[in-house]
Amino acid sequence: MKKTLNKPVLAVGPFHPLQEEMEYYQLTLDGEIVTDIDVRLSYNHRGVERISETLQFDQVPFLVSRICGICSATHPLAYVQAVEDIAGVTPPERALYVRTIINELERIHSHLLWVGLGGHFIGYDTVFMWAWKYREPVLDLLEEITGNRNNYGNVKVGGCRENIQNEIVPKILKELDEIEKKTEMLTKAVLDDPIIHARLKGVGILSNKDALNYAVTGPTARGSGVAIDVRHDDPYAAYADVDWNVIAQPEGDVFAKAVVRLLETLESIKIVRQALKKLPDGPVSIEVKEIPPGEGFGHTEAPRGETFHYVRSDGGNRPVRHKARAPSYVNVPSFKASCIGQHVADVTLTLAAVDPCYSCTERLAVVDSQSKVILDYDALLKLSREKTARIKAELGAPEFKLEDI
Amino acid sequence: MNQEELNNRLSKIKDKLLAFEQPLDDRIIISCESEKAYALNQFLFEDIRARFVIITGIDADDCFELLYHYSYDQTGCVITIKAIVRDRQQPQVESITPLLPAAEWIERELHDVLGIGFKNHPNLKRLILADDWPEGVYPLRKEVKK
Repeated sequence: MKKTLNKPVLAVGPFHPLQEEMEYYQLTLDGEIVTDIDVRLSYNHRGVERISETLQFDQVPFLVSRICGICSATHPLAYVQAVEDIAGVTPPERALYVRTIINELERIHSHLLWVGLGGHFIGYDTVFMWAWKYREPVLDLLEEITGNRNNYGNVKVGGCRENIQNEIVPKILKELDEIEKKTEMLTKAVLDDPIIHARLKGVGILSNKDALNYAVTGPTARGSGVAIDVRHDDPYAAYADVDWNVIAQPEGDVFAKAVVRLLETLESIKIVRQALKKLPDGPVSIEVKEIPPGEGFGHTEAPRGETFHYVRSDGGNRPVRHKARAPSYVNVPSFKASCIGQHVADVTLTLAAVDPCYSCTERLAVVDSQSKVILDYDALLKLSREKTARIKAELGAPEFKLEDI
Repeated sequence: MNQEELNNRLSKIKDKLLAFEQPLDDRIIISCESEKAYALNQFLFEDIRARFVIITGIDADDCFELLYHYSYDQTGCVITIKAIVRDRQQPQVESITPLLPAAEWIERELHDVLGIGFKNHPNLKRLILADDWPEGVYPLRKEVKK
């Protein structure tokens, strides 16, 4: 008999404690070393791009803010910028500052969330508890400004829906000092900790060349020495008016990505403080009546990297095509470069180091109960009943009657 | 390279294009037949050194449009190659994944949802449609959308 040697395959997912959402990685192993990796996605489709074509231009921001709870300011902003380009509209200056403040607060809470999860992933739950504790006041500030902790619903074509009241600015500034103190302490503690150095340094290296070939963005790129940042390269909102630095590290390992995110959080606090102090007077929106035919390309720097929205208008009141690309869509596939050759114990951490967001990445399937393709409720019910009957027949289970209970 | 130099570099290929549009200073759309898409992608990625962003696929009634979006981060310019795929029965275009690994997922996604064939794609299996989704039904085509 001919003997064949199958290589062991380790399944990570569809539900795995180190990955917050549904995704399924297949690791091919040679002993402890990963020799190949494949992924299955799309457990989480919602059909956002298709739904967008059924909504009016001013309804779409509410939809795209739900692409991802964490990035719920940056998606609508990228969309709105694309539409404003089509319409040739420039929002009032105060609106640009309000957008900057909300988007930077979002980055602060998102990065603190990742740092906490990063700590949790390596079994260092003190970091997790600290980071999430210090993240809370940021969400409280967002609630105070927009009314919501996530899904702020504040940006619209032509400006912002809600103003930041001048009266609450001193309070935000005071709170910001407190957040900065805590974040500085956390940053020093994390970057000074020998255990974290030992666990994260040299792990999951994404080389500069691979970062360019996989076209990764955000902290994943900046952690590999690719110093790109949409806020700096194609300034939008009020980023050109404030003083801040693009943080980049050359090493490409998980530690470099952690350093980038932590130092960036401090930069974001700087941006929010300056924007609040410079907040110009005036209205926060102008009326936009019609969107002419045309094409718009909007991009913003989300916490995870570049969010890109393409919008096409035919002069009607809805987009005829709307494409949204979240940063994880290009960051996650870089696992091919960063995970192969790694120890199996390092892979989940490496996968988590790009701060993947699967709900962002998967948006496209169409659920259309009118088409013959998709099963409607009755058909699903029938299938479900048939399956239960089949299993019962196989098991020889007795007939179920409600009155017997 | 500043924006002016970039415009000059791009204007040198104008005669190979169907159209060259610049709706804003830092937004450029270059249109071509799908046969020329690979060469233009190679030009943007290898010569201009622009960063690949994504491909948008559109069912435009009489043809398909593939929009290859790039960002030239030195000036913040978004450059889009608009490739027209005229064969509706068997839409096909050269895959850019061998050139640019970043395009693997989106080409698989477009194969799923628009039924575009990507020649020489190393791994053209389903990305986002379920395994039991029927063959030959492409959810973003006009005939499926109602």
